Amino acid sequence: MRYLHLLWRNLLRRKVRTLFTFLSIVVAFFLFGLLMAIRHGFDYGVQIAGESRLLTIHRVSIIQLLPIRYQSQIGTTPGVGTVTHSTWFGGVYQDPRNFFAQLAVEPERYLAIYPEFVLSPEEKERWLATRPGAVAGRKLAERFDWQVGDRIPIQATFWRPAEGPATYEFELVGIYEGATADVDETSFLFRHDYLMERVGDIGQVGWYIVEIEDPGRADEVARAIDAQFANSAAETKTTTERAFMRSFAEQVGDTGAILMAIVGVVFFVILLIAGNTMAQSVRERTSELGVLKTVGFTDGAVLGLVLAEAVLLAGAGGIVGLALVLLVIPGLEPMLQAFLPVFYVPPAAVAVGLGLAILLGLASGGVPAWFARRLEITEALRRR
Amino acid sequence: MLWLRQAIAVTMVNLKSLGQRAGSSAVAVAGFAGVVAVFVAVLSIAAGFERVMASGGSEEVAIVLRAGSDTEMSSGFELEQTRIIEEAPGVLRGPAGPVASSELFVIVDVPKRSTGTGANVPLRGVGPEAFEVRPEVEIVEGRRFREGFQEVIVGRAAAGQFAGLEFGSRLRWGEATWEVVGIFTAAGSLWESEIWTDALVLQPAYRRGSTFQSVYARLETADAFGRFRDALTADPRLEVDVERESDYLLAQSQVLRTLVGVLGNLIAVLMAIGATFGALNTMYSAVATREKEIATLRALGFRGGPVVVSVLAESLVLALLGGLIGGGLAYLLANGYQTATMNWQSFSQVAFSLSVTPGLLIGGVTYALVMGLLGGIFPALRAARLPVAIALRRA
Repeated sequence: MRYLHLLWRNLLRRKVRTLFTFLSIVVAFFLFGLLMAIRHGFDYGVQIAGESRLLTIHRVSIIQLLPIRYQSQIGTTPGVGTVTHSTWFGGVYQDPRNFFAQLAVEPERYLAIYPEFVLSPEEKERWLATRPGAVAGRKLAERFDWQVGDRIPIQATFWRPAEGPATYEFELVGIYEGATADVDETSFLFRHDYLMERVGDIGQVGWYIVEIEDPGRADEVARAIDAQFANSAAETKTTTERAFMRSFAEQVGDTGAILMAIVGVVFFVILLIAGNTMAQSVRERTSELGVLKTVGFTDGAVLGLVLAEAVLLAGAGGIVGLALVLLVIPGLEPMLQAFLPVFYVPPAAVAVGLGLAILLGLASGGVPAWFARRLEITEALRRR
Repeated sequence: MLWLRQAIAVTMVNLKSLGQRAGSSAVAVAGFAGVVAVFVAVLSIAAGFERVMASGGSEEVAIVLRAGSDTEMSSGFELEQTRIIEEAPGVLRGPAGPVASSELFVIVDVPKRSTGTGANVPLRGVGPEAFEVRPEVEIVEGRRFREGFQEVIVGRAAAGQFAGLEFGSRLRWGEATWEVVGIFTAAGSLWESEIWTDALVLQPAYRRGSTFQSVYARLETADAFGRFRDALTADPRLEVDVERESDYLLAQSQVLRTLVGVLGNLIAVLMAIGATFGALNTMYSAVATREKEIATLRALGFRGGPVVVSVLAESLVLALLGGLIGGGLAYLLANGYQTATMNWQSFSQVAFSLSVTPGLLIGGVTYALVMGLLGGIFPALRAARLPVAIALRRA
């Protein structure tokens, strides 16, 4: 702390150079925060998905439907708690570009099995009382400026009504919020019994969500469920929700590896830029360092001074860059909602970023600091 | 003339002395190279995907879907409707009748080779004329499936990306077992990501009765499209959307192209800002180390303009070098890399390879030159404005 003033004066010695280096570090950490937010947006589902929930889908593919009678059969499997189902509607709201997930569900059981979808008791009651009622996530409602009570027409694609127009008119009875920042607030949920009413009761659902009593026995329970339907017309494949989410994310591609490769290049370039700045500034100050040593600064103290200067510069750049990205992300969020329902910089990434800033400082200051430490007084003073 | 000679002379001196500033110059080059490598590599994803989607589509083929369906997945036709569509005016007629194929489009869960986890691979049931509608489809191993048999042929890209689709393997989907009797190519297009079989065999296996989802029709000429479309949309027995196959496939790739394009450009712009600051540092220090030299030249009668040009030229040379290195790296590392991703519109996998096109390389190098210009202009002006007397007196 005693030397803070000295460090500061040293940094201000070449104001423009320090400023440019600082700004390039700011940009690097801004980019780091942004890339981490994108990465989290691609795999948040994997992290939030419960190990205590299983998904049972049709063995051939998820687009194949399953009979509704499976619900009670799955329910009697040992180790199974609540069982509910969900069905992909895939309708169009005004324009195909307004994509969002629409799911036909059983309101009461669905909300019980997904406690992270928070709906007020009044809204829940209204939903249970309104057959064409639907609830939307907070972000989705904001995107289309929907209010509770609005009528929302959605054009059917797969689920064309048995008679009448191909448009379903839903009444928005509630807006749900996520219990944590990782909950998808962009879904549209409506009642499966309303769907069946419109298409004629065909007794089919998309997939089952199965709550299990002991997550440690997930594999065993999953096998028991699938065994019941083996060799039937609709065989099933049951996995934990997390495994399902992971395989879904992997279908998109290895986004994580691509983003980390970009981060790697960014930091490599910034390390060179910052390291070059530190090396230049130490070279210019050779004689000054000699003077410091002459007046009694130890080799270690000189090494520490140079390192501290580099860490101060990188640390300040890192903090400003991360702070900027935290400010900007909420503004970008609505634009990316359709692609990335969850979009924010995870706190862990902020912590890693700060750690990286310090590492960057140490790495960029390392060689120049070592040079400063080894410097002989006579040699340093002679150079000039 | 004198001005030009001066400019060339000073520039040559600068460039020849680059070696003395090797460390600092290398930093600027690495900065440019990093930006260009990321820019080109990220956009090669979009370019590769687009190439697959665009090369499959022909202007002479029309695709017919149920009105309001933007994908085959959500479309549906009864048998009688497909007959009407196939017989419509404008459709090319071959020896066996209209060159049109009524098709079914479903997905099957097949493990991805790279991860071992399941992926949605498209399974297409096609009509007997499908190979006439898409003449680019060519069997490279084995033979075509026989009509009425539970046999499939697999696109080469699908066989490469997904496990268990090799020639000769047996696949169990639902109650039926299917045999892979052939591997096909289709000029690198989307079809190579698919598995094909006889639509009439797929219907009962997927409980589709006698329904289909789409009709692909080869037109007499590309210009016959209007006649074909008008005839179908005017027909009271049908409610259909008719599109050229080329337009349809391009629209299908829209989401991914937009996403990758926006992200790629955003990342590149931010990186470029960072790298430009690095370049500014390099060029300022290059000017600073040569202050005396520049002042001497000015004292000898060299004008400001040539000095500006020489500093800018140095910066542009570094940028060009960085751009070429970055573009080269992206080409070596990314070009041709085989992968697969989800096509959001059809909810199924598309296998493609990253494609570093000449356009992307030119774009990347141009990008580097812009950064070089920005990074060089301020130091160049500073060099020209240097007060001669003061600079000469210094050191």
